[in-house]
Amino acid sequence: MKNRFLSLLCFFIIIGAWCIATFGGFVSEIFLPSPLGVIKKMIELAKEGDLWNSCYSSTRRVMVGWIWSVVFALPIGMLMARSKKFSAFIQPIIEFARYLPVVALVPLTLLYMGIDESQKYMIIFLGTFFQLVLMVCDTVSSVDQNMINAARTLGAKGFQIYKEVIFPAALPGLMDDFRMTIGWAWTYLVVAEMVAASDGLGYMILRSQRYLATDTIFSGLIMIGLIGLVTDFLFRILSRLVAPWAERLEAK
Amino acid sequence: MATKLQVNNLTKIYDGDVTAIDNVSLQVEESEFVMIVGPSGCGKTTLINMIGGLVEPTSGEILLDGAKVNGPGPDRGMVFQGYSLFPWLSVQKNVEFGLKMKNVPKEERAKKAAEYIKLVGLEGFENALPKQLSGGMKQRVAIARTLANEPQMLLMDEPFGALDAQTRVVMQELLSDISAKTHTTILFITHDIDEAVLLGDRIYVMSRRPGTIRDVITSKLPAVRNHDCLVLPEFLETKKKIMDMLWQESQDAAMDR
Repeated sequence: MKNRFLSLLCFFIIIGAWCIATFGGFVSEIFLPSPLGVIKKMIELAKEGDLWNSCYSSTRRVMVGWIWSVVFALPIGMLMARSKKFSAFIQPIIEFARYLPVVALVPLTLLYMGIDESQKYMIIFLGTFFQLVLMVCDTVSSVDQNMINAARTLGAKGFQIYKEVIFPAALPGLMDDFRMTIGWAWTYLVVAEMVAASDGLGYMILRSQRYLATDTIFSGLIMIGLIGLVTDFLFRILSRLVAPWAERLEAK
Repeated sequence: MATKLQVNNLTKIYDGDVTAIDNVSLQVEESEFVMIVGPSGCGKTTLINMIGGLVEPTSGEILLDGAKVNGPGPDRGMVFQGYSLFPWLSVQKNVEFGLKMKNVPKEERAKKAAEYIKLVGLEGFENALPKQLSGGMKQRVAIARTLANEPQMLLMDEPFGALDAQTRVVMQELLSDISAKTHTTILFITHDIDEAVLLGDRIYVMSRRPGTIRDVITSKLPAVRNHDCLVLPEFLETKKKIMDMLWQESQDAAMDR
């Protein structure tokens, strides 16, 4: 209860500072609109339907791109952790690709895929996949070898070991990896939408820059933040649901 | 009595130059309870892991019922010091694990699990998660899990090493009881001389690293083993004998340095 109060307090301090800066007349409205102005704008955008459409387009892009990255990263990461040969084969190229800034790949994706939705999925995929593979590999590597040995002496073989031991044992860690990467997916979404899109929150922010509509920019930013908060919250609940047995270190 | 496990001239050399086990031969008869006792670092765990198929021997062979052992398998059930339970599975599901791997139907699995949960005295804890259990109870689950798989023999790697002294005696009596009831063939390694003398029908004494078999002793204790045996003259006599051997080993180890 006390901690929840502290969480809210942090928001209040920032909003308070924002109020003082704007209502006190310290900052021009063009650079920083007042909280009230932003709320008004958000209501206006919500009524027009713009806000919801943008949120929907953006969330869909993030989910599709990220799910593809999970679908590929999970098996590849698990195999990398368990097979030295496979790891030797694939790790260098993944390490290499991981350091390529996604922004630098945008021109190529535009050239190859045009400006339709698949290009946006690709940007998000490229931004999260290589990181996620290495995170999955790390998480799976830390599964207790003794547990795997116990399973083998109980008769588990091949795929059974992955399905019945490695995957469930790694699941709490994997959920954390997923939660981290979906956050990054939002970063790459904005990259994708700022380059070539006709809707979405990133596009809304970029377009508003041209008209100096800082209130719309702030509306977009706040929506991204809120969606992020909700996603994180859902992931925490989901983690508890799929791995209620996991023992977490509780911060004091 | 038929020979259950035959180990011939087993050697393990790690990384080309560290000899962990040097030319070890031993056998375990059907239904026999055999202990291996040796100083820490003598390669006991390497030896039992090779028999379990988790570590590849450098040379030598391991025969179970006359057939060469290759890799781990459900015919040699292992119990480890660290329990190695699956924390996401209930006690019941942990015990059923091996049967599930063999695609045994659900009802049969449940029936057999219940039987072995009863054998180790854990009725009422079927739905508990491992994190809710004490160390002794966790090891009971691990023993039930291994036995439910009906292995040809049980390999135990210092299973009670992490337990407190009182719980250890309780678990030793439980295991002795299970061995008498189920006639399971057991190979058990320990560094605890009391444990070796209390439980073993025969006791192999290992030397310091590189591990070799120094001697083998046949127990003179009565068939039923419990904590009363700990003060019998036969117990003390055998204990003294092993203590002297291991003391000699530590003396020699000190001279080596």
